[in-house]
Amino acid sequence: MTFELIPFLKEMLSVPGLSGYERPVREVIAKVWEPLSDELSLSNLGSLLALKRGEGPEPRPTVMIAVHMDAIGLMVTAIEDGFLRFTQVGGVDPRILPGQPVIVHATNGAEEKELPGLVVMPPTQLLPPEAGDGPLAQTYLLVDTGLRPKEVEKLVRVGDLISFASQPEELAGDTIAGHTLDNRASVAAATVALELLGKRRHLWDVVVDATVQEEVGCIGGFLDPIKIKPDLAIVVDVNFATGPGGSGNMNFEMGGGLPLNWGANVHPALYKAMEKTAEDYEIPIYKDYSPSMSGTDAYGIQVAEEGIPVVEISIPLRYMHTPVEQVAIKDIQRAGRLMAEFITDLPLDFMNTVKWE
Amino acid sequence: MAKTLEIPKTFKPKMGKKELELLSKLTDAMGVSGDEQEIRQIVMDELKGFADEMRVDHLGNLLVTKLGKGEKRLRVMVAAHMDEVGFMLIKDDGKGIFEFRTVGGIDPRQLVGKQVIVGRDHVPGIIGAKAIHLTTVAERKQTLPVSQLRIDLGPGGSAKAKPGDRATFATKLQVMGPTICAKALDNRLGVYNLIQLVKHAPENIDLLAAFTVQEEVGLRGAKVAAFTFNPDIGIAIDSTPAYDLPHYDGVENTQYRTHLDGGPAIYVMDGATIADRRLVDWLVDTAKAEKIPWQFRQPAPGGTDAGAIHRVREGVPSVSVSVPGRYAHSAAGMARIDDELNTLRLLHAALARLDENILIRQE
Repeated sequence: MTFELIPFLKEMLSVPGLSGYERPVREVIAKVWEPLSDELSLSNLGSLLALKRGEGPEPRPTVMIAVHMDAIGLMVTAIEDGFLRFTQVGGVDPRILPGQPVIVHATNGAEEKELPGLVVMPPTQLLPPEAGDGPLAQTYLLVDTGLRPKEVEKLVRVGDLISFASQPEELAGDTIAGHTLDNRASVAAATVALELLGKRRHLWDVVVDATVQEEVGCIGGFLDPIKIKPDLAIVVDVNFATGPGGSGNMNFEMGGGLPLNWGANVHPALYKAMEKTAEDYEIPIYKDYSPSMSGTDAYGIQVAEEGIPVVEISIPLRYMHTPVEQVAIKDIQRAGRLMAEFITDLPLDFMNTVKWE
Repeated sequence: MAKTLEIPKTFKPKMGKKELELLSKLTDAMGVSGDEQEIRQIVMDELKGFADEMRVDHLGNLLVTKLGKGEKRLRVMVAAHMDEVGFMLIKDDGKGIFEFRTVGGIDPRQLVGKQVIVGRDHVPGIIGAKAIHLTTVAERKQTLPVSQLRIDLGPGGSAKAKPGDRATFATKLQVMGPTICAKALDNRLGVYNLIQLVKHAPENIDLLAAFTVQEEVGLRGAKVAAFTFNPDIGIAIDSTPAYDLPHYDGVENTQYRTHLDGGPAIYVMDGATIADRRLVDWLVDTAKAEKIPWQFRQPAPGGTDAGAIHRVREGVPSVSVSVPGRYAHSAAGMARIDDELNTLRLLHAALARLDENILIRQE
């Protein structure tokens, strides 16, 4: 069974799956992972774990691949004259909100309904003077569903989720743009690795984990390693690409290679092993200087139980946490291949080499 | 003799599948001021066979004449502007990244994080912004000016577009219950209505349908179209803002301009025109007689093609009628299907009862 990368990615980008409510995207992922793995399971909070058994004698060592699947979004806080006020789930810059198409997941009726809507900016004369004429604070913005007030009252209740609704779009130079490429691009990369591993012999057990609630504090990242008990973990997340709105020397060219995290979150011996794999297989990488933290599941996993050695691969992405995030398809394929090569080459006694100087 | 679709008095417009298809074709096409070609072509295709004369003037206006029958027919110019606000690429930064400027009035706060289409081939692109993680609190209090934004077509995009190309939002029309949500409802609703009026033209008048250009950059098309047509009466049909949102403090919103569900908005005065009182009365009387809901657009700034038409030659008595719409000049606006149909009904009924006596009364 093979899967097609771009259609799978687009399908993931077309469904919601806000932090704490990952089921819609999890179902899309499970459908593709099921035939690529030996066993699928769920964590107590909803992370999806795909086990791919190795050929080594039991007890075999286990490598965990962590890729968070949750999305940032909004949540209804009040209903006023048929318009919705909202707060955010995860980090959203309110400046990107006016004019955004959204879906309101309405749960007040007999059955859940997906209502298309639009984030809107009331005109100045309806706002207090302190709102100013600059970017409007989130408290002043509204969602309009196009429905008449009575209908809205009937269907929507406080606490309903609001997800971004823009459809993914393929752009020139084999790039793709859409909301939630952070971090579904990495889920796609992990799927590439799973598929490649299906055609290889590998000694280690592999658990690919689509984690939950990363955007609200790496919740899956903290909890899942306790269930999986991996010997080492590979985290894949997105990183800032060069381009408009980028900032300085921390950025990486889209399609130019994979940033490999060098800093306090990762085990230096694992970094070096991954760097060697990249060299051996001619996969371009950047040394990604991340002095204290990467702000990803790497932190949660690093401090789980007795501590777990982590290595982190990134996919360069433009316009992070906007509905037009952009990545190069090539980088997704590279990240998948780098993980597959690394795992294929893992000897049973590899952990003996993961030592501090 | 050009064909007409229905006996005028029985005209009952609807918004079925076929009608929605035409409207979405109009809203989803690109017609940034100064480059209205796509819209003009759709209208020409649609009106083939319905007009007595159809021509394109030096500015790009599409001028359609539909003659009536009988004597002493009034020459009635009905104008709907085809153009929309949008963008022009002005500089290729390389690797598919373009600097751009806005065409017409667009609030820069509406631009960030949007999908766009560029040029005749509708090449897809995006307007991004710095990641929130990299911004400071002070930065997030500043509006990103257009000069700092870029249209990104992806690496390799430089071969697909060039400075000078127009661009607009990539929004596709969507029906949301009783509402149509689309870009450029200002003024493709007017264009749609004028197409229907030509197709179902009443026979008591000569209908001079002007599909105008460059309204959003200064009512330029309407000025020359009105000179060419030399009409007795001018009517601009457009879409006007509905600011009928809740007030932040919950106090009554008295500056709503128009309401959705309020019916066609009849103008008394805007920033460009004091509407002809005889024509205002004629529209209101028609609405009352035909039991069509209607509203006055609150007198306020803004303007329509009537602002140019009434100042042409020796002066042309003029009025405007608009479909109320929320969030004009942004990636997506909203209008009620009921308001759209009632606007078309009112215009048709009013034209059908029009005769030369309307201009006899002196104000």
